[in-house]
Amino acid sequence: MIPSSFTYKRAGSAEDAAGLAAEYGEDAKYLAGGHSLLPLMKLRLAAPGVIIDLGGLRELCYITDQGSYVAIGALTRHHDVEHSGLLGRDLPLLAHAAGQVGDPQIRHRGTIGGSVAHADPASDLPAVLLTLDATLVARGAGGSREIPVRGFFRGLFETTLEPGELLTEIRVPKPAAGARGWSFRKFTQRAIDWAIVGVAVQGGQVSLVNMGGTPLRAAAVEAALAGGAPPADAAAYAAEGTSAPADIRASREYREHLARVLTSRALTEAAARS
Amino acid sequence: MKVDLRVNGEEITADVEDRMLLVHFLRDVADLTATNIGCDTTSCGACTVLLDGESVKSCTVLAAQAAGHEITTVEGLAAGGVMHPVQRAFHEQHGLQCGFCTPGMVMAVVSLLAENPHPTEDQVRTGLEGNLCRCTGYHNIVRAALAAAAAQEGQEVPA
Repeated sequence: MIPSSFTYKRAGSAEDAAGLAAEYGEDAKYLAGGHSLLPLMKLRLAAPGVIIDLGGLRELCYITDQGSYVAIGALTRHHDVEHSGLLGRDLPLLAHAAGQVGDPQIRHRGTIGGSVAHADPASDLPAVLLTLDATLVARGAGGSREIPVRGFFRGLFETTLEPGELLTEIRVPKPAAGARGWSFRKFTQRAIDWAIVGVAVQGGQVSLVNMGGTPLRAAAVEAALAGGAPPADAAAYAAEGTSAPADIRASREYREHLARVLTSRALTEAAARS
Repeated sequence: MKVDLRVNGEEITADVEDRMLLVHFLRDVADLTATNIGCDTTSCGACTVLLDGESVKSCTVLAAQAAGHEITTVEGLAAGGVMHPVQRAFHEQHGLQCGFCTPGMVMAVVSLLAENPHPTEDQVRTGLEGNLCRCTGYHNIVRAALAAAAAQEGQEVPA
């Protein structure tokens, strides 16, 4: 399978990338690791006229300790998030989940910013960042702005990023004392598949993978936990407020069942780790 | 567009379509046909090569993205006709059946051992989750990876 024809441009810097995006307008698409976009282009589900390759922007590959939060450059690869000592210590949920994305080859190419900007509700990291109340930094024509991850995802493959705006950094607050228990669980048919359903837990905050058009916070579960409900009781609310898709791999009812089971297991594991 | 890739230590410059995939560059331009195209959907790992020493699926990388980087295919492993320890281990442990997945498996194992020289059996199995063997010959592939790790350990010079 070969993508339809496009013009390839390699950005030399974030500024250069923004300039190219402005020049080519809506016909252009940013390419980070390419492990979401290129498969879509090969299937001809996406056919951008211009590809702006961000792969050379080493300036956006970093993980730094900012005291109350960790700043992660948007082009940091899953492999580097997975093996970061800083994240392993302060945000083990994120480091662990990054190590569950795809397979080693995919983690050598795929980036955290690409995953977030692509906004596939079946992806692991958007839900994890939603659980952790991350803040995104995007750079556009009018300068940089901060976007809370809550509200960032608008629908399937749709975010609040403006055309040409470039995601540059992800800021992840360190969990407070008393909220350090975490867990990430997902169910897949084959090891490398997207999750049929996944769940991320940090303290009393819970998000679901692939239970709607966007990653979702499990508000009813969180409310039950805040009210003192034990894990198994709180998990019974996991499908509330969701709109799980039905597809070739699972019915909506099956996904709802999985959400309750995985949430129960994840909450139990998180409690044991707190 | 003109791309300049370093493949198995050799500079290869070619005029290719912007949309050319790395695996097609390797097979059709560089004439290195050991790297196979399997599923062509980033699943099976048959097209695994090393990019700057790390395993990637060359069906999901543009040749243009690889420009300026160092690519290693299975043809580049044997130095002076002597098999790489991972190749020798696949040979000795019979880590293949039909052989179609083998070039990708070998490259995935080389990358795995570069990151984790002493993996457990579980770590080998997880580390190869991106490579499928349709003959289901996994048992000897895992055995080969462990044997290669042991052989490489034997070659390490004590400090």
